[in-house]
Amino acid sequence: MPTDAAPRDAGRGSLSDVATSDAALRRFLQGLPGVDAVGLEARAAALGTRSIKTTAKAYALDLAISMIDLTTLEGADTPGKVRSLCTKGAHPDPGDRSAPRVAAICVYPDMAATARQALTELGADGINVASVATAFPSGRASMAVKLADTREAVAAGADEIDMVIDRGAFLAGRYLQVFEEIREVKAACGAAHLKVIFENGELATYDNIRRASWLAMLAGADFIKTSTGKVAVNATPPNTLLMLEAVRDFRAATGQQVGVKPAGGIRTAKDAFKYLVMVNETLGDDWLSPHWFRFGASSLLNDLLMQRQKLATGRYSGPDYVTVD
Amino acid sequence: MNDQQSGSTTSTLFGYAPAPESRSVVDIAPSYGLFIDGEFREAAGGKVFTTRSPADEEVLSEVAYGQADDVDAAVRAARAAFETWSALPGTERAKYLFRIARIVQERSRELAVLETLDNGKPIRETRDADLPLVAAHFFYYAGWADKLSYAGCGPDPRPLGVAAQVVPWNFPLLMLAWKIAPALAAGNTVVLKPAETTPLSALFFADICRQAGLPKGVVNIVTGDGATGAALVGHPDVHKVAFTGSTAVGKEIARTVAGTDKRLTLELGGKGANIVFEDAPLDQAVEGIVGGIFFNQGQVCCAGSRLLVQESVHDEVLDALKRRLRTLRVGDPLDKNTDVGAINSAEQLARITELAEAGEAEGAERWSPPCELPERGHWFAPTVFTGVGQAHRIAQEEIFGPVLSVLTFRTPEEAVAKANNTPYGLSAGIWTEKGSRILKLANQLRAGVVWANTFNKFDPTSPFGGYKESGYGREGGRHGLEAYLEHA
Repeated sequence: MPTDAAPRDAGRGSLSDVATSDAALRRFLQGLPGVDAVGLEARAAALGTRSIKTTAKAYALDLAISMIDLTTLEGADTPGKVRSLCTKGAHPDPGDRSAPRVAAICVYPDMAATARQALTELGADGINVASVATAFPSGRASMAVKLADTREAVAAGADEIDMVIDRGAFLAGRYLQVFEEIREVKAACGAAHLKVIFENGELATYDNIRRASWLAMLAGADFIKTSTGKVAVNATPPNTLLMLEAVRDFRAATGQQVGVKPAGGIRTAKDAFKYLVMVNETLGDDWLSPHWFRFGASSLLNDLLMQRQKLATGRYSGPDYVTVD
Repeated sequence: MNDQQSGSTTSTLFGYAPAPESRSVVDIAPSYGLFIDGEFREAAGGKVFTTRSPADEEVLSEVAYGQADDVDAAVRAARAAFETWSALPGTERAKYLFRIARIVQERSRELAVLETLDNGKPIRETRDADLPLVAAHFFYYAGWADKLSYAGCGPDPRPLGVAAQVVPWNFPLLMLAWKIAPALAAGNTVVLKPAETTPLSALFFADICRQAGLPKGVVNIVTGDGATGAALVGHPDVHKVAFTGSTAVGKEIARTVAGTDKRLTLELGGKGANIVFEDAPLDQAVEGIVGGIFFNQGQVCCAGSRLLVQESVHDEVLDALKRRLRTLRVGDPLDKNTDVGAINSAEQLARITELAEAGEAEGAERWSPPCELPERGHWFAPTVFTGVGQAHRIAQEEIFGPVLSVLTFRTPEEAVAKANNTPYGLSAGIWTEKGSRILKLANQLRAGVVWANTFNKFDPTSPFGGYKESGYGREGGRHGLEAYLEHA
């Protein structure tokens, strides 16, 4: 990810007074324009009907592959599994070396060193290591534990930290606490980029998702991310569209650009295209790169590869023609 | 937000390749006759006219030109069919209507392509709006056919007889469904005249009637122009006239029908106000503004052609609106990614052009997103006028095209006063997060349909119709049946 041209605090200066107290922050967040659920869902559905064919399809397939944070976040993760995933990320299609690499390998903090080492051995240092942190996925731990979790991941070689917010504090209206947590984790990240996960399924309302977006961006998030992939409702086209609108409006207000990462439940090329169309028609060229948009996914990659093979050969292959990792 | 930033959504990286819907799903014959008494026949006078695709002016087919003799034959066929059709038990009539609805669904792709070719509207709209609504109307009124005792017209309501129905070119098949479905459910028979520029989907519907085994003469289609329509509504053996179209023609029809025992419903023009308050859900309001005026190229009687925006959020709303309009895709109606298609006819294009020029001449500020219009066919770029006053022609007259007039207001009272200050009264929209304001304003707005935090939403269960010069009578819902039943 590139570093911003302007220092963040300068850009956010016009909004610098909104987080001076819990009351001021609450007034600001609750004063954001409301979200009409029916209208938002209708817009997302309408954009989902775009028909992506031929050259546009080839572009979208490669772009989507290059935006993947290839993820394994299981209790059963082993060094072998992580190394295998790194190999896949570096060379997604063994039969076609023109397939682009993924953006990052996303793992738990204790696997970050393994991933870093595997990528170095593969000569794939351009692929980032992303590590979840702050007591992922629930976020239920003391601040000291969350910060230690973050520092360990960074020390182990993580280039990107995917933190979870304290949904309990958010839902209880303690916005300033969430704000300070994000600021502290951001500081603990050092040079690593920070993605802030809201767990949209637990925030439940679109109004809350808009507030969380602004809260995280004000606190210094480099990326805002929909979900952990561990609850019933993860990324959806409407909740992602809402976050795209938030980063658009935030840049207009502050000049600062923030990335977006939908995660969980995006499994097919067709699904991925719907998200890319939303990025294209809400944000445009400036966000159409792995620097500013990511997919948190695992099985998505193989479907993109199968569609890619189909486009190149004219034939559908099948699950035995892509690797299981 | 400044203009430079708001322009950033015009993508150059991710251009959508052409994605045309296949024309091969529809087989248009070189010529069509009139559909009278279950058969296609030539017009008695032998005259024909052509129908063209508005997108490229290609001739699609030759259609019989019906005149007074043909209208008379059609009305006689309908009159003869009425005795048996009206005597059928409601459950039997329902079976035919359900069958028609299912055939419409089965043939919806073919009909969507046909409608797009003949009308010029994008395939996305015919596929996702027109055709699903057509089927829904037939399903809905099929359900009423055996429940007419509960329609609020007395315990044993009777049908009227032969219904003369004249429909416009903006939603050719959907307006046909709005007219024919309730008429047939109530036990009437019909003679329908489609618009001169869009006759084809009605003729395909005639084929669907045959496919459904509908008894001869229950539905008759007479193609032609205004003179054909005048002969139809003036025919002495017609008991009911239903018209959707311009206010000028509606007034003529009302004069023709005056003094007779014909029942009349008119669904005419409009100058709908879309009212955006400062506490509105802004992103969705912008979508509602776009859908309100650019759906079907603005050729919609209930279009939200006047945007009334609270002055405190005027700049913010206009910036967001312009940013959004830059993403509209104007062009080939058959391309699945097209948002805005062709204007239906050269005549309509001329009217839109004339009114837009009047707007500029009167001092309103004109803006359109950059878009390349095709060389052939009838095209008009999406257009927004700001700085519009109530005294401007573009704030008063129905443009019936992709032209939005933006006015401002300061208080809810002023919004209502301006919204109601028009001879029309068909539609209005309210955008606010305050529920109590929605309820209060909905009672104060003199418009037949008031949408809250949405616009241009249609459903067969919901009555639709106007106040004042927008006409009278209601279509849709239980109310739509009243127009086709004797009141006890």
